[in-house]
Amino acid sequence: MDATARTERRTAGRTRRILKDRLRTIAPFATLVFLVAFFGIASPSFLSFANLQNVLQQISITGIMAVGLTFVILCAEIDLSVAAIANVAGVVIAFFTVQDSSVNIANIPLSGGWAILLGFAASFLLGGVNAAATTMIGLPSFITTLAMLEIGAGICAVLVRGQIAYAVPPLIQTLGSGSIGPVPWIAVMAALVMLISHLVLRYTRFGRYVYMVGGNREAAEYSGVNVRWIVNSVLIISAVCSGFAGMLGVAHFGSAQQNEFDNYLLDSIAAVVVGGTSLFGGSGGIGETIIGLLVLGVLNNGLDHVSIDSFVKILIRGLILLAALIINIYAQRLRESGAAA
Amino acid sequence: MEGEQPKPLLELRGISKSFGGVAALREVDFTLSEGEIHGLVGENGAGKSTLMKIIAGVHAAYQGRMQLAGRPVSFTSARDARDAGIGMVHQELSLVPQLTVAENVFLGAQPLTRFGTVDWPRMRREAARELESLGIEADPAAILGTLPLGLQQLIELARVLFSGARIIILDEPTSALSPPEIERLFSLLRRLRESGRSIIFISHFLDDVLQISDSVTVFRNGRRIAHAAVPTIDKAWLIENMIGRDHGELADSYVNRVELRGRPETDVALEVEGLSLTGAFSDISFRLHSGEVLGIYGFMGSGQLELAKSLFGRRPAERGTLRLAGRPVRLSSTSRARRAGLAFVPESRRSMLFAQEPVYKNVSIAILDHIHRFMLRPARERTIAHARIGDLGIRPPSAEIRLGALSGGNQQKVALAKWLTRQPLVLILSEPTRGMDVGAKEDVVRIIRKVRDEGIGVIVISTEPETVLSLADRILVMKKGAMTREFAAQWVGKDELLAAA
Repeated sequence: MDATARTERRTAGRTRRILKDRLRTIAPFATLVFLVAFFGIASPSFLSFANLQNVLQQISITGIMAVGLTFVILCAEIDLSVAAIANVAGVVIAFFTVQDSSVNIANIPLSGGWAILLGFAASFLLGGVNAAATTMIGLPSFITTLAMLEIGAGICAVLVRGQIAYAVPPLIQTLGSGSIGPVPWIAVMAALVMLISHLVLRYTRFGRYVYMVGGNREAAEYSGVNVRWIVNSVLIISAVCSGFAGMLGVAHFGSAQQNEFDNYLLDSIAAVVVGGTSLFGGSGGIGETIIGLLVLGVLNNGLDHVSIDSFVKILIRGLILLAALIINIYAQRLRESGAAA
Repeated sequence: MEGEQPKPLLELRGISKSFGGVAALREVDFTLSEGEIHGLVGENGAGKSTLMKIIAGVHAAYQGRMQLAGRPVSFTSARDARDAGIGMVHQELSLVPQLTVAENVFLGAQPLTRFGTVDWPRMRREAARELESLGIEADPAAILGTLPLGLQQLIELARVLFSGARIIILDEPTSALSPPEIERLFSLLRRLRESGRSIIFISHFLDDVLQISDSVTVFRNGRRIAHAAVPTIDKAWLIENMIGRDHGELADSYVNRVELRGRPETDVALEVEGLSLTGAFSDISFRLHSGEVLGIYGFMGSGQLELAKSLFGRRPAERGTLRLAGRPVRLSSTSRARRAGLAFVPESRRSMLFAQEPVYKNVSIAILDHIHRFMLRPARERTIAHARIGDLGIRPPSAEIRLGALSGGNQQKVALAKWLTRQPLVLILSEPTRGMDVGAKEDVVRIIRKVRDEGIGVIVISTEPETVLSLADRILVMKKGAMTREFAAQWVGKDELLAAA
């Protein structure tokens, strides 16, 4: 009797501990299930196949940026320049593509392959600047990437000078706005980036270092891990992902212009954090980011279906983000108290 | 004192406390008299801290009775205990280094003007008076963080006294202090005793305990094992009661003199010449042979901890050369140092381990690149971790358990474990046994000796003479950033080390 009671108590204790450990991942998932159920009941059109396609398409660009950001946040750094770098890459490929004669930009047309290459090179370079300022000069990434946000916007402004370009290389055009069968190419690209990133984080040495550097940078340093190299890498990965997202985004929207992705900065950070990746680094991953993306995607899309005042929509999104942040910090505290005991 | 029975100020009877089914204290009695300095010794986990936390109101749930000045008390919070006149000075000071001395003395209780703003002149005046009355020479306007650690500690003591404490609990107050600082602390404690205050003095430094205490209580496994007046006991008696078995290998570190083995007839593993780093150390030269434990001793702030970090590439030296096994190396980063064959365990556990991660990831972190160039091989990592857990006797023997759940001693073993799979040429250990209980210390001493016997050159860096004496074959003493003396192949005692430092 006594023994059973004790076993029960122990099982209950273990369940509680698992719940505590997983709070950060369980809460977003529960939110997602709740939102899907809610919108499914509230609006018959929400759960249609066409709408599902919509949701996927809507979250793909944010998704690719958020994947890059996941690396950065896992390392306990931040990248505020993702949207700006996306904009630069998008503008760069348009700048190096033949535009319609009505477009008044002093562009330099190159073949599609070169334009894409230059788009990637630009994002890589800007990511490299972020990395160098952060690890070599020692500026906090928050500051470095804030400056890069402005620099990126500046580069776009100089290249397009208030004009709008429309044409991008055919390959990017297909990947950004075409589809294979019912599946949009852009969603396939996002899935591919997510899959590769997940594999890198889970199964490679580099991925382990990312988690360890985020978990305890000092300890990683004292274990002979090249912390500087890891931080450099995640900032460059983030920039290249953003650049890719920006190129596809330009094709998706059918235009390249200034400030095109400004809304995406907050959305991508929100996706990572809402999903449950720790803001303090060291825990989380691509799986979490996908859940976060779906929560935001479903929320954005669902609110359109239930005809709510669009101003209230913004408020609701803000409240959801706040709740996610609170859970994130609270989960961190539980984890720390658990580790100390 | 003879003849008259001193009045008991604080009395605890039959105190028991357990955490999740594990008994931390069993039926403990404890009496503190008025105007007494009461030493408290025991291994880590013996129950000292738990008892002190009960007295200081941190643990409210326990069995047993507590009486303060004859009246039963039961504190529900640390604030309760403070209001009743019980103050605690923790090992990690709870002061704000960025504020001035005066602000720290008044922390949380600043005098206010009529308008509700801080009355700065009065605060400085009263702080100055308070410090002067305690014989603490510190400028109330100085920024606390710029003062030596010993002085900061006295200021924390002043703060506790100022808040009206009659009973003061000091947790390891001497571990970071130089002998003159310890002397200053002790004379202040004696003065407080004369003014009728009672002091509980917790320490691993048995000499210090014997020097300052009127009586000593020994704890072991949650029980009060013995209590005696100081003149009637000695160090051997304390150790015997603390560990309750034969002293074994550790006796070395407690007895006063040891014989150093001296330099072995082996190759030079590490040759350091003219190493300098501004503000830390200058012109350091020495040779480390393989299969030798070289102790580097010095007081806090003598530059030896910085030297260790510098050797491992964390804060590269500005001048000087390093040769590893005869080859010149430039160690500009820790990853380079690791690949060159150096290994380092820093003094603070927090900065060497990943508390949230399982043991096996903590063990494998330094050798992932040797397991596979790009990929992870978790099965291999676990096999390696299990091997190390076996070698080093890590408890509990699980590779999956989160590191933070291990005891301090076992965490230290994990920190060693990560360097022992691929043997380094040189292993640098900073404060390898600090804050550990006797049993865990003994294990670490045994591991270090084994590593040495396998032909690794080991450098042990410490501010505790006992640590260096118990481990080293040869000892270098550092003082104000310079090497001042070498002890090799001779008998040496703590007093000589202290004198050289």
